[in-house]
Amino acid sequence: MTTRSLPIIESTSAPTQAAKLVDDFTPGLINQGAHHLCPGCGEPIAMRLIMEAVEELELAQKTIAIFGIGCYTAYSNNLDVEVLQALHGRAPSLATGVKRSLPDSLVLTVQGDGDMVNEGLQEVLHTMARGESVTCFLLNNGVFGETGGHMTAATVLGQRTKNSLEGRTAQEHGYPIVISDLIARLDGAAYVARGAVNTHTNVARTKKMVKEALAVQTAGLGGSFVEILTMCPTGWFVDTLDAPDYLNDNIEPIHRFGVVLDRSDDSRHHGAGR
Amino acid sequence: MATIRSTGTVVIDVDACKGCDLCVAACPVDVLVMTTDEVNVRGYPYPQLLPGCVGCKACSQICPDFVFQVYRFETPVEHEVSDPPPESSLESSEGVQ
Repeated sequence: MTTRSLPIIESTSAPTQAAKLVDDFTPGLINQGAHHLCPGCGEPIAMRLIMEAVEELELAQKTIAIFGIGCYTAYSNNLDVEVLQALHGRAPSLATGVKRSLPDSLVLTVQGDGDMVNEGLQEVLHTMARGESVTCFLLNNGVFGETGGHMTAATVLGQRTKNSLEGRTAQEHGYPIVISDLIARLDGAAYVARGAVNTHTNVARTKKMVKEALAVQTAGLGGSFVEILTMCPTGWFVDTLDAPDYLNDNIEPIHRFGVVLDRSDDSRHHGAGR
Repeated sequence: MATIRSTGTVVIDVDACKGCDLCVAACPVDVLVMTTDEVNVRGYPYPQLLPGCVGCKACSQICPDFVFQVYRFETPVEHEVSDPPPESSLESSEGVQ
């Protein structure tokens, strides 16, 4: 077996040949690229694709983002859009008030699985059931990352966390809540999808879901919801390079990729508050 | 001598990297390698670019630390490399055996 010994290309400055910039370091709506999240974290990748979708749809001027509490809250003072900080788990209720008072704005929430499925499950269920024209994003990594990596209600059976070191069991901890499937059963929801950021192809697929969800809100069809499975190698006790496969092998069989519900073609369906 | 063509390139913000390796796994043409004996100011190994980049944005889209800036050349750039490409070198080494 021969080893590949190709020359390293100097890549610390822009090329001198004629070239087109196709992707910049940070998307236009994220102010500061540097952050203190762990190596291999999926949440900055998710924040990037959400903000790129907002930028590509040219909705930045009317966007109001509402953050829950978690590691991703590091972005609440780092975006070039209006941002509100909600109490733990309450972002969808705050979004309801904002959307009803400013119906022409684009209101999106960013929550983690601990924030949404544990702390504020009723907020998102009621918001989606009422059919509020808001878009809720769930960054689901199966752990409370910010407070040490303990189990959430979305942690899958068998997953090791700080307080389920032998793996979550149904006998001891109960079964996980598969939140997107639950929301898809609600009549007020118009679009529910689940994506992931473990590969670059899944990032591209997820960005399409995010754009579709924002378009559903703009059309006033009802609640839109996109769950994004993200890696947490620190909380999962795996190497950063193994985390994408861990997500694919352990979490995806329970929280399946794909569009769960799409009523965007149903003109009779309409959201509340419009 | 062999020639390898690059239709794109990346600028790497070395000091932003946290060494997670996701870009190396994502690159469809295997032109990113992590350093083995050098680290950046944070103490992490970081990616380096080899000839053959196609400017596909896989690295920049998967990178959690926004390390990459991706360009596509208007006309492809050719790199002269002294080693033959891996496939032909593998064949020649088998032929010797």
